[in-house]
Amino acid sequence: MTVDAHNALAAAGLSRRDFLKTSGALIVSFTTVAALDRAGLAQGPFDTHASHVDPSQLDSWLAIAADGTVTAYTGKCDLGQGMLTAQTQLVAEELSVPLSRVKLIQCDTAVCPDQGTTSGSQSTPTNFNQRNLAQAAATAREALLRLASTHLGVPPDRLTAADGAIRVDGDESRRVTYGELVAGKKLNLPLDPQAKRKPAREWTILGKPVPRVDMASMATGEFEFVHNIRVPGMLHGAVVRPPSVGATLVNVDESSVRHMPGVIEVVIRKNFVGVVAAKPWQAVKAAAALKATWSPGPAIPAQSGIYDHLRHQPSRDAFVVHSSDVDATLAKAASIVKATYQHPYQMHGSMGTSCAVADVKDGKATIWSPTQSAYPTRSGVAMLLGVQPDDVRVIFVRGAGCYGINGADTVSYDAALLSHAVGKPVRVQLSRKDEMAWENYGFAYTIDQRAGVDAAGSIIVWDYEAWFASRGGRPGYDTPGNVITGLLAGFEPAAFKPATAAEPAGEFRNGSNAAPSYVAGRIAKAAGGAGTIASERVLTHTVLSPFFTGPLRSPSRLQNTFAHECFFDEIAAHVRVDPVAYRLRHLSSERLKAAVTAAAKAANWDARPSPKPNRPRSGAATGRGMSCVAYEGVNGYIAMVAEVAVDQDTGRITAKRLVVAQDCGPVSNPDGMRNQIEGGALQGLSRALGEEVTWDDQKVTSIDWRTYHSLPLGFDVPIVESVLIDRADVQATGAGETAITIVAAAIGNAVFDATGARLRQVPFTTERVKSALAARDAPG
Amino acid sequence: MSITLTVNGRSHTIDVDPSTPLLYVLSDDLALRGPKFGCGLGQCGACTVLARGRAIRSCVTPVSAMSGADITTLEGLGTVERPHPIQQAFIDEQAAQCGFCLNGIILTAKAFLDQQPNASEAEIQRALSGVLCRCFAHTRMLRAINRYAGHPVPSRAGDAGSATGDGEPASLWTGGVK
Repeated sequence: MTVDAHNALAAAGLSRRDFLKTSGALIVSFTTVAALDRAGLAQGPFDTHASHVDPSQLDSWLAIAADGTVTAYTGKCDLGQGMLTAQTQLVAEELSVPLSRVKLIQCDTAVCPDQGTTSGSQSTPTNFNQRNLAQAAATAREALLRLASTHLGVPPDRLTAADGAIRVDGDESRRVTYGELVAGKKLNLPLDPQAKRKPAREWTILGKPVPRVDMASMATGEFEFVHNIRVPGMLHGAVVRPPSVGATLVNVDESSVRHMPGVIEVVIRKNFVGVVAAKPWQAVKAAAALKATWSPGPAIPAQSGIYDHLRHQPSRDAFVVHSSDVDATLAKAASIVKATYQHPYQMHGSMGTSCAVADVKDGKATIWSPTQSAYPTRSGVAMLLGVQPDDVRVIFVRGAGCYGINGADTVSYDAALLSHAVGKPVRVQLSRKDEMAWENYGFAYTIDQRAGVDAAGSIIVWDYEAWFASRGGRPGYDTPGNVITGLLAGFEPAAFKPATAAEPAGEFRNGSNAAPSYVAGRIAKAAGGAGTIASERVLTHTVLSPFFTGPLRSPSRLQNTFAHECFFDEIAAHVRVDPVAYRLRHLSSERLKAAVTAAAKAANWDARPSPKPNRPRSGAATGRGMSCVAYEGVNGYIAMVAEVAVDQDTGRITAKRLVVAQDCGPVSNPDGMRNQIEGGALQGLSRALGEEVTWDDQKVTSIDWRTYHSLPLGFDVPIVESVLIDRADVQATGAGETAITIVAAAIGNAVFDATGARLRQVPFTTERVKSALAARDAPG
Repeated sequence: MSITLTVNGRSHTIDVDPSTPLLYVLSDDLALRGPKFGCGLGQCGACTVLARGRAIRSCVTPVSAMSGADITTLEGLGTVERPHPIQQAFIDEQAAQCGFCLNGIILTAKAFLDQQPNASEAEIQRALSGVLCRCFAHTRMLRAINRYAGHPVPSRAGDAGSATGDGEPASLWTGGVK
């Protein structure tokens, strides 16, 4: 439903639910309806709360109009990753209706079920496997078959559903359409967890490279982003952020802007400052002119010593896995390999700065927001405004691509606070500096790796210890202080409590890939890892970050995998074994092994130990590197071969070719998946080669595209080839974060192959490449 | 101050602060969706419009400098029903993810190819050294532009296309010396 449609409904004084209620109910009785497993509706690791839209009821997910149009309601939104198209395919497939007849409403808290946050590569597992949207469509299809059976007087097993109608097998003249059967009324049924899903081999709409339903409107400028939302009487706001991290407001001289044309209000709430004006440029000018006095915050740890700083802070410690024999195994190893890896803070740096529109009046609020977390944002806004969540409606409208948490949540709060202050709708779009200086960055990491190898050259023990910086994060339902606006307005971020590590218990989880793919992952008697190494210790230390952090695409998985896959390559080089063969030797996961083999085959892998023999010591050198990961252990299997050229005189790395093989179970849309792989591979390349948040002793200094380095269209774009390992017989897994997770290691390993120089710190700037080359050439 | 602009063939007279960047007038006063605020600094390309035969960055162009100019935005090229051939090439290649950058990419490429219709792939790539896509749909976008320019592109079912640049673009970091 478009915003216009929402407005039209609202103008009529009707919500969708009211509409359905007044349309009367269609009572259908079944002899047996399986009891609903309410616990089974939980959203994996992503917590959701009960809302007024009951996810156990079919009508919460689907409505069939008299003309046969299907409206589906989802709590997972399209951020540019193609979920709008893929979920539309899903409903069309399971319900046997043409794609064009399905309208998907994404993340409007007035009408959509609460599915928490669109994140963590969980949208496909959540809505495509045995739960939720897919199960709703399957339930509806079975219900329609039963209704048709009564209507036509033919047993269900002699009926076939296709193209939005049900016909009698062998008698084409006897049919009834869904529209005729339901006619806009409620289905009034619980979701049936036993409703039969269509097997992948019978798919006609899923599994096909269906073009994006939004592509033409995006290419012609007709697509409505949240930036384009216009509400009658809408004003424009701009925020005034502190000049430095932790600064607090002393005084605001409102007279400095009161005379400016269009200025309507200066809004102050503790340390939150903003202005509201009639026109956007007036708001921007007023925010720049506003005289505010701030008291500086505490000094920030120097960037040059940040990794050492992380090791000396109070920490919250956790074992992911801990066999008791690590030290003893190390003591008896034939040789030991050690290395330390560093990964910087990086940012989402969205293409467009974040924007939201809020309309707060009479104790009610409507927020048009690009948030990935519609229901949690509803709760956060309610806390900021001191109203109940039910008094807030969040309507998702796509913003510029988001890869975790950009400024989408915080700008939704900004708009709410400013609209609340003036009692009129307010649109806020952040400046580039405000977006980049205050977002929730990807975690900075420093990682120590140690492994023992036996006389036969096999790894017998793996010891990992990491320190990483964290503060704030997703606000969830009750912590608006986890993002900058909430903090400025007086809410605290989630408390940080140092703790010692407890021994691991329960089922093995790989801790955001803190555990490498090569360990057995044994807790008590069960081994849950993707590898064979039985002596294993994985210990993490979370420390308080000076900056806000949050889930940036492949959070922690990317940093950990960089360290694991480079280190594995170092061990393979130490024992002089081909890195692909060495991986296959230490993996137990057949699916990951198949991905490694497929990538190597597609890349025509040159099997031999690294580094390359007879490589030049100066000038141009070329090489190939491999990396792989079982994403979160079980949520996608991927391998990559990178081919690079290194100019050893300038230190410049050029990626020539990236070959990716990925197994994410049954593929909903092969072209969409290739698009994700290609984008993930190149975004990963940009992050590996140049992206790093920078700061001085007071403030962040990477605040635009000159100071934060994103590879433009005009860089030497490598060939990206993708091999999709399509498996019909397993559950679907995520695919949005797999490729990006393994790029830095593949590039670093290829640089080592080409030059013999090892890169252990991201990004691989020319200076760092040159230092690694100098270290290679140093005597001893 | 009253300023008259011709946008996508229609004349508009607006009463506006003359220092207002053109982008604000287009997206707020004229409610156009094509040009977008990306950085406000002329660094990313999201705000690009065509004027006087060139691609200009409307976020750093005062509206007063455009009085009387004939401006074309992404909407002015074509529609969903009748897309311009370069828009069709992007649709055919499925060359976007979030789509926010498309305006800048398409218009920058079109303006360049209008001036240099026989440009090589390397020249096209250099011309795009000042535009960003943060979803990194680069391979598809370059394929779409090369297809529009008449260069052979590999079939979309298989591998992504490759392109090489032989010079150092001046405008943005491209992985080189820093």
